[in-house]
Amino acid sequence: MKKHTISILVENKFGALNRIVGLFSARGYNIDSISVGTSEDDSVARVTIVSKGDDDVIEQIIKQLNKLIDVTKVVDLTYDNYVERELVLIKVAANRNSRSELMQISEIFRSKIIDISPRSITIEATGSEQKVDAMIKMLDPFGIKEIARTGRVALKREFEGTV
Amino acid sequence: MSTNEMTGAEIFVKSLIEENVEYIFGYPGGAVIGVYDAMHDMSHIKHILTRHEQGAVHAAEGYAKATGKVGVVVVTSGPGATNTVTGIADAHMDSVPLVVFTGQVSTNLIGNDAFQEADIIGITRSITKHNFLVKDVKQLAWTIKAAFHIASTGRPGPVVVDMPKDVMASKAAFLYPKEVKLRGYHPFYFGHMGQINKAVEIINASRKPVLYVGGGVINSNASAELYNLAKKLNAPVAMTLMGLGAYPGDDKLSMGMLGMHGTWYSNIAVDQCDCLIAIGSRFDDRVTGNPAMFSPNSKKIHIDIDPSAISKNVKVDVPIVGDVRHVLERLTPLVNTLDTKEWLEQIEDWKAEHPLRYENGSEIRAQFVIEKIYEMTNGNAVITTDVGQNQMWAAQFYKFLNPRSNITSGGLGTMGFSFPAAMGAAFGVKDRPVFSINGDGGIQMNIQEMATAVSNKLPLKIVILNNGYLGMVRQWQDLFYKKRYSHVTLGNNPDFVKLAEAFGGAGFITDKTEEVVPTLKEAMKINDRPVIIDFRTIKEDNVFPMIPGGGTVAQIIDYPKSVKELQMAKVHSEAVK
Repeated sequence: MKKHTISILVENKFGALNRIVGLFSARGYNIDSISVGTSEDDSVARVTIVSKGDDDVIEQIIKQLNKLIDVTKVVDLTYDNYVERELVLIKVAANRNSRSELMQISEIFRSKIIDISPRSITIEATGSEQKVDAMIKMLDPFGIKEIARTGRVALKREFEGTV
Repeated sequence: MSTNEMTGAEIFVKSLIEENVEYIFGYPGGAVIGVYDAMHDMSHIKHILTRHEQGAVHAAEGYAKATGKVGVVVVTSGPGATNTVTGIADAHMDSVPLVVFTGQVSTNLIGNDAFQEADIIGITRSITKHNFLVKDVKQLAWTIKAAFHIASTGRPGPVVVDMPKDVMASKAAFLYPKEVKLRGYHPFYFGHMGQINKAVEIINASRKPVLYVGGGVINSNASAELYNLAKKLNAPVAMTLMGLGAYPGDDKLSMGMLGMHGTWYSNIAVDQCDCLIAIGSRFDDRVTGNPAMFSPNSKKIHIDIDPSAISKNVKVDVPIVGDVRHVLERLTPLVNTLDTKEWLEQIEDWKAEHPLRYENGSEIRAQFVIEKIYEMTNGNAVITTDVGQNQMWAAQFYKFLNPRSNITSGGLGTMGFSFPAAMGAAFGVKDRPVFSINGDGGIQMNIQEMATAVSNKLPLKIVILNNGYLGMVRQWQDLFYKKRYSHVTLGNNPDFVKLAEAFGGAGFITDKTEEVVPTLKEAMKINDRPVIIDFRTIKEDNVFPMIPGGGTVAQIIDYPKSVKELQMAKVHSEAVK
C-alpha cells in the first residue's frame, strides 16, 4: 500500500472540515496526517491529507471527496511532481553538557532553536517527513520531552526539476 | 426598513411556493411553532399531519418516488429531527430527492444542551447529500433554493435544512434567487463521446448481451430510451429491485429481477453473457453476490451519473459518467441491431425449465395473492412494499409495467416503509390504485399512520401477508441456522380488522385461497378510506430462487419441486455456508 498525498480545496465554512474527516471515518479510510489552513483565497481552505491505500481505494476516496458539495477541488499529488514540508517542534532535555551537541545537530538539520531553559531546549524544524523522522531519531537519545508535528502540507511544482 | 421585509417563517412559505411544492409532510413542535403559524394561512400548499415524523419522511419518499418531484418534510427540533433519521438514511441509499426542514433551538442556545436540542446537522452529515444550518435570515431563501437544487439534480438525494427559531422570527427582504451557483457541485449529464464510442464497439461485437438495469433509469425518466435500446439490440433485460418497472415486466425481453432472489434465468444469463451493459445500477452486493465471480465472461459497460458508483464493487471495461437518458439518446443510434436469435432462444429455454413458481393449495400462498393483485390491477397499480419476504414476492410476482410503480426500500431495507410510503404515493398519484404490501411485522412499525390515511380519506389497499413470523429472518434460520427460530414468532398480533375499524378504516380477513379474489374485489370497491386486508398465509414458506449472501450462480437454489428437493436444497445451502 502506497502513501498518497491528497490536496483538497474546500469552502472555508462551518462544518466543512467535518464532512471530510467524517467521510474518511464513515467509509473506513485511514488518515496518516491531516493539515488545514486557508489557501490563497480566504473563502477556501486547503486540506492536505496523507492516506495509505491500494490504488482503487484511493480512487474511491477521491471520487467520494469530489461528491461533497463543499469540496471544490481534489488532487492526488502522489504521481505529480510536488513539494512537501512538515513543521515539527521538539522539546529535548538539555543540560550544560549536552547543549552544544544538540545545537550542532540542530544546525546540521538546518533547524532553529526557539526556546531554551536550564533543563531543555525546543527545536523548530521543517522538511520532508523523512527528514523530520531522522531528526527525531538523532535527538531521541537525549530524551525527547514533547513533540508537536503539523502533518504534511504540499503543493504541486510549477516546473519539473528541483529548487 | 423596506416594506418588503418579512419574517423567516414567511420567507420559508414563500420560497416553497416558488418551488411549486404541493404537499408538506410534517409534525409541529416548539422550535417550528412560528413556521407553523406562517403555514396556517397558506393556500397553495397542503400540509399533511402524520402521526410520527418517520411516517412523514417515508410519505415524502413515496410521493417523490411516485411523481419524480421533491418530497418535503417539516419537523421540529430534537426528537422531531432525530425521528427523521431512518427515513433520511433510506432516501440517501435509494437516491430519493427530499428536502427535510428541521426546527432548531435559537442560535444563542445552540450547544447549551437546550430543551429539545439535537445536533441534527452532525447526525445527518453522512446520510444526506448535503445539509445546511441557516444562521442568518438573509441566507434563508438562497439556502432553500440550493437545497431543492441539490436534492433534485445529479444523483438525487436528501438535503436537510436546519432552521433556528430566532432566525425564522427575524426579518429580511424576500428575493427568491432564480438560480444558485455552487462552485463544488457540477453534475455531469452528457457522457463522454469517446467513452460512448468505445461502448458501441463492444456492444456491436456482442452476441450474448444483457442489459442490467437499475433505479437510475427511473430517476432519469429514461424508460422509453431503454425500451428503444433493448429492442434495437434484441437484448434481454434484467432489473434490480429498484429498477423494476423501468422496462415492462410482461415484455418478452424482460427477465424480471436479478440478484439474491432474482429469477434463475436472469442470474444465469448475467453469468454467461459476453457483454453486460449496466445502466443506472450500482453493482450492489444483493445483485453481485461474490463480486470477483460476477458475470466473469463479459465485457462490462457502466452508465451512471455518479462517478463514485463506477468500479466501486466490480471493475468495468468502459465507464460512462452521465445521465442515463442523455447517454442512451446518443448511444442507441450508434449501435447495430444484433443477431441474438440463439441467445434469446437459450433464455426462452431457461425460462421454461426454471420459471418462478410456487405450489398452490387451500392455504393461502403469498405469491398467489401478489399474482392476483397483478391481474386485478392489470399491472397498473402503484405498489409499495416493505422489507423481507413480502418485498421479494412482490418483486417476483407483480410484473411492473410502468416506471414509478414499484416503491420500496431497497438500499437501507427499512421495515415500516411500505404503508407511509403508500400514503405519500396516493397524494401524488390520483388516477391509479395504490397498494401497500406488508408483512405482519413491518406493518406494526408505522401502523399509527392509519389515522393520517383515514383523516385524508386515502383509498389505500393495505395488504398484510400474515404468517405470524418475521418471515425472512425465519427463512435464514431455517436454511442456515438449523431451524433454530430465535425470536421471530409474532405471537400476539392484533386483530387487524378491528384495528382498521378502530381507526375508521375498513378491514377484511381470510385464510382460504378461494376467498383471495373475492376479498380483493370487495376491498377494491371501497374508495373513501383505507382498507386493511389480512391474508392469513401458510406459515412457513421460503423465497426462492436464492443465491446465499456472497455466493455465486453455482450455488443458486431454485424453487424446490418436492419435499425431497427442499431437503437437498438445505443440504446444499449448509455446504455453501
